[in-house]
Amino acid sequence: MAILEVKNIEKHFGNTKVLQKVSFSLEEGNALAIIGSSGSGKTTLLRCLNFLEMPSQGTIVVKGETLFDASRPSKEWEKDLRTKRLHFGMVFQSFNLFPQYTALQNVTLAEELLAKERSDYKANRTQILEEIKEHGKALLAQMGLSDRMDHYPHQLSGGQQQRVAIARALALKPDILCFDEPTSALDPELTGEVLKVIRGLADQKTTMIIVTHEMAFARDVADQIIFMDGGVIVEQGDAKQVIDAPKEERTKQFLTRYTQG
Amino acid sequence: MFWPVTWSLMNGLWTTFKIFALTLVFALPLGLVIGILSMSKCKPVKWLIDILVWIVRGTPLMLQLIIIFYGPGLWLGHNIWNGGESGRITATVVAFSINYACYFSVIFRGGIEGVPVGQREAGQVLGMTKMQIFFKITLLQMIKRVVPPMSNEVITLVKDTSLARIIAAYELTFAGYSFMKSDGLTWPLFYTGVFYLLFVGILTVLFNLIERKLDYFR
Repeated sequence: MAILEVKNIEKHFGNTKVLQKVSFSLEEGNALAIIGSSGSGKTTLLRCLNFLEMPSQGTIVVKGETLFDASRPSKEWEKDLRTKRLHFGMVFQSFNLFPQYTALQNVTLAEELLAKERSDYKANRTQILEEIKEHGKALLAQMGLSDRMDHYPHQLSGGQQQRVAIARALALKPDILCFDEPTSALDPELTGEVLKVIRGLADQKTTMIIVTHEMAFARDVADQIIFMDGGVIVEQGDAKQVIDAPKEERTKQFLTRYTQG
Repeated sequence: MFWPVTWSLMNGLWTTFKIFALTLVFALPLGLVIGILSMSKCKPVKWLIDILVWIVRGTPLMLQLIIIFYGPGLWLGHNIWNGGESGRITATVVAFSINYACYFSVIFRGGIEGVPVGQREAGQVLGMTKMQIFFKITLLQMIKRVVPPMSNEVITLVKDTSLARIIAAYELTFAGYSFMKSDGLTWPLFYTGVFYLLFVGILTVLFNLIERKLDYFR
């Protein structure tokens, strides 16, 4: 069974329909890339999954649990919104690291706050905090940032900041990790180190949704690709097939424009 | 005459300091609350706050002080401020706290709105509560932003305390002025100025210190 099932998601801002009848599913351990021009609704779709925007229509089911159903009264799904969000991790285009915390603190903050809600927190406080810290260090090491743990975000390069942001998103062990154009704010020479990390996560069978403009990367790393245009899914399918042999005319046009640069 | 004047000015300074410190103690948290309420999505709350801030910022602090000190006695038939110096200081602190809280609220609102939306969203996707986002993420970034405008307001407050003379609170300016009235001396007025300059000088050093403390992040 698919880990994520999205059915008929729509998002309306007033009369503008930013997303229309978006449906797809994702298998555990797979990576899904979403491509399309700016304003095609890719980012809005990710934001709906993380409940940064509330979808106007449709359902979102993760691991068989209905997180969102627009046909049900809003009171019902609005409760536990916080815990529902934890199914998804989010890596933002502009990193959004907390500037007043070190790299390590950025990674451990949310986990520490969540630990406070545990019933055994008071009794085992020191041990729990120590475990969280070790976990954070391990994640940063995995990102190749062992020597940058005590640096503040402004002391790090864009690529390093984004890798900290990825570690931060991984810290809460989300079922699905979302990337919103993770390399778009980076200098070209820094995109490589971030893409390498994401590739590494794909190799470890991390379930991911990646909104990206890096076509070659999407083709290599993703299992599935969705091409969006004007708020609808124009084409979806196997990654290599969509990039190498697109079926839809609009996909072809988009990809030609891209390869021509 | 030097020592009696110094002693008298020290007394006045103590009153000035009390008004100053107590006003900050009350106006800072009150200003934060008003600032947050002024961003409320509930329209009536926002309007009420807007009207309050308009009235308080739109009328002289001296007028507000006179109304708060004399008003209750005239309306209720008995004075709610206890007689003597302490009652006058209390009334001054009440008037100043309301007034300064309104000015602070606007600065705080600007500080909070200046924190990028992405910061709040990053907290949200990490499962943080609204309270956790405010206290763990927004607050310190806001404080860093408001230090320079707040230093202006706080320094203005030092000098505004001299308005308390209008309800006969024996603060620093009153103390210096009384020597001119009784003995025809003008030098205590300049000496009074030195007291204010030292007070503000210390505050300036403190604010620079705070700015430097918060310099570790951007």
